[in-house]
Amino acid sequence: MTAAAGDTALLDVRDLAIHFDTEAGTFRAVDGVSFTVKRGATLGIVGESGCGKSVTSLGIMRLVPQPPGRYAGGEILFEGRNLLDLPDREMRQLRGGRIGMIFQEPMTSLNPVYTIGDQIVESLRAHGLSDRAKARARAIEMLDLVRLPSPEARVDDYPHELSGGQRQRVMIALALANDPELLIADEPTTALDVTIQAQILELMRDLRERTGAAIVLITHDLGVVAETCDDVVVMYVGRVVERAPVKTLFAEPQHPYTIGLMAAVPRLDTMTDRLETIPGSIPSPYAEIRGCRFASRCPLADSRCRSELPPLRELGPGHEVACWHAPIEEVSR
Amino acid sequence: MSGPVLRVEGLTKHFPVRRGVLRRQVGLVQAVSDVSFSVAAGETLAIVGESGCGKSTTGRAVLRLLEPTAGTVTLDGEEITALDASRLRAARRQMQMVFQDPFGSLNPRMTVREVVAEPLVLHGVATGADVEPRVIELLKLVGLSDYHADRYPHEFSGGQRQRICIARALATRPRLVVCDEPVSALDVSVQAQIVNLLKDLQQQFGLAYVFISHDLAIVRHIATRVCVMYLGRIVEEGTTAEIFANPRHPYTRALIAAAPRPVPGIPPNREEVTGDAPSALNPPSGCAFHPRCPLAGDRCRQERPELRPLGASAVACHFAEESAALSDAPEAPPAPLLMRRLETLHAARTSGA
Repeated sequence: MTAAAGDTALLDVRDLAIHFDTEAGTFRAVDGVSFTVKRGATLGIVGESGCGKSVTSLGIMRLVPQPPGRYAGGEILFEGRNLLDLPDREMRQLRGGRIGMIFQEPMTSLNPVYTIGDQIVESLRAHGLSDRAKARARAIEMLDLVRLPSPEARVDDYPHELSGGQRQRVMIALALANDPELLIADEPTTALDVTIQAQILELMRDLRERTGAAIVLITHDLGVVAETCDDVVVMYVGRVVERAPVKTLFAEPQHPYTIGLMAAVPRLDTMTDRLETIPGSIPSPYAEIRGCRFASRCPLADSRCRSELPPLRELGPGHEVACWHAPIEEVSR
Repeated sequence: MSGPVLRVEGLTKHFPVRRGVLRRQVGLVQAVSDVSFSVAAGETLAIVGESGCGKSTTGRAVLRLLEPTAGTVTLDGEEITALDASRLRAARRQMQMVFQDPFGSLNPRMTVREVVAEPLVLHGVATGADVEPRVIELLKLVGLSDYHADRYPHEFSGGQRQRICIARALATRPRLVVCDEPVSALDVSVQAQIVNLLKDLQQQFGLAYVFISHDLAIVRHIATRVCVMYLGRIVEEGTTAEIFANPRHPYTRALIAAAPRPVPGIPPNREEVTGDAPSALNPPSGCAFHPRCPLAGDRCRQERPELRPLGASAVACHFAEESAALSDAPEAPPAPLLMRRLETLHAARTSGA
């Protein structure tokens, strides 16, 4: 399932490292991250602030500002080609073309002085649809696809005339306009109210069925992951600590961080007197940590954890864990 | 304890909208209309709702950080809404606030010691040599250490900053703390730490909390009672257990159904709530929820439902009796393997540390 995924993997990120050189030192935002995205599948990247999930997504699209950012290693294979070797012009064609993007804040991602129709038309024309009338018709079709009410009229609206949920629908229409094979969505519903979030998640699930696009969904919300993803990558301070099919991850997480994170999520359907916490806080990203990044907060940490970086090891089908103590059942005390 | 700590009656806050050179009033944002509730000592009342529902305005109007348009607020028998400026300042000692953004609510140029000492000195709770030990005591109370006192806010993480805000709020030994989305900006693992801290402090000091939040899961874990607001009005009010077990208002039911559950494989249990929240500048006729409501009938378009008792709750819906119990609410206990592994970690922590 994992090793044989070679020919079906749409995106194959290998050992990616993105560092930022700042006055305070080198900030290792992403430090050796690997994962694959299968065609038509949804991969979730979860983690808390500072884990490097957003930098990873920007990194895939080569949108990390350089400097201060710097690719410190690894490769990003999209359909077998390393995006890091692509000339800028080709990369621009790919972005908004075969790789679509959705960001958290639709208001800052849409241009306020152009109508939403113009922005979709511009994207279509930049990617080869030169006929204006056809492009406009396609824009309306896209707005209809994302279920914006009365798309023929709204196509001439400016972003400020739309609600937050509607703007996010427009962002999705824009991202899907050129039939991308891969959609990268960075916290697409975080800024939205919960009833609107439900509508957008529903829409994304539906569109995945209809367009067959693979999705990389970056989120901090395990509820969103459970509802939308096929596979999940858990990140902690620039590293992947665990990787598994969604059901496996939620039913039998192995990494102490994943276990702590799962248990800390307040549940709507069960009442506990005290919420589980993960004691301590994340280490400074400037610190050069030789061992496991989680060792400072981990109850299982020993001298090996503090000195040697645990690699991802496969424990079950598609289930990989970066922990010296995994499987945790063998911990005897 | 005789009577509630906080009693709010008919609280209303409308903002005039003015346009043009003459600043003529062209409209009225009805941010909060006719909101009533009370909170006892040691109790947490949660106000939940989505953006623009008036929950934050309610919190601020209660403390008179915003001057209410109408209604009364009574704290321990003293009518806050009737106080003049100097007596209001004195009363502020009894009622404090914790805000969402621990970055914006701390002065970056003050050390933690100064931040926490300021309310002590302002309200004359401690003077001279008594200030320092009280500051250290407060820091320890919220899980910080004495060596944190000389640092500046930027040196702390979000969770630690929120602890500083809580220490500051508790400095004057208030009876009431209004918490406006206190954990929304925090990561899950840190969120849990702060929620537990707030609960501990409440038990220790018998604090009354008004807890404003959009996150129902957090609310379920901290609140004793819940008020659900929609477009400036309370649409449902009841004990936490009752609201989650038997939500009666279609909006409450939609909120609960819409929250994504961290359980893969369960089908999303969505009620048909479509569209966006309407504007408080121009609220719909009748029930404000009717344009989005799956149960809406003609009566809902014409007549605004009053909040009325139903079972153990109060609900403002003409058809509350008809909204059946949540169709198979996806109850799913945490995965047994997860819990067993968590036990292993707990055991390791206690034996190791």
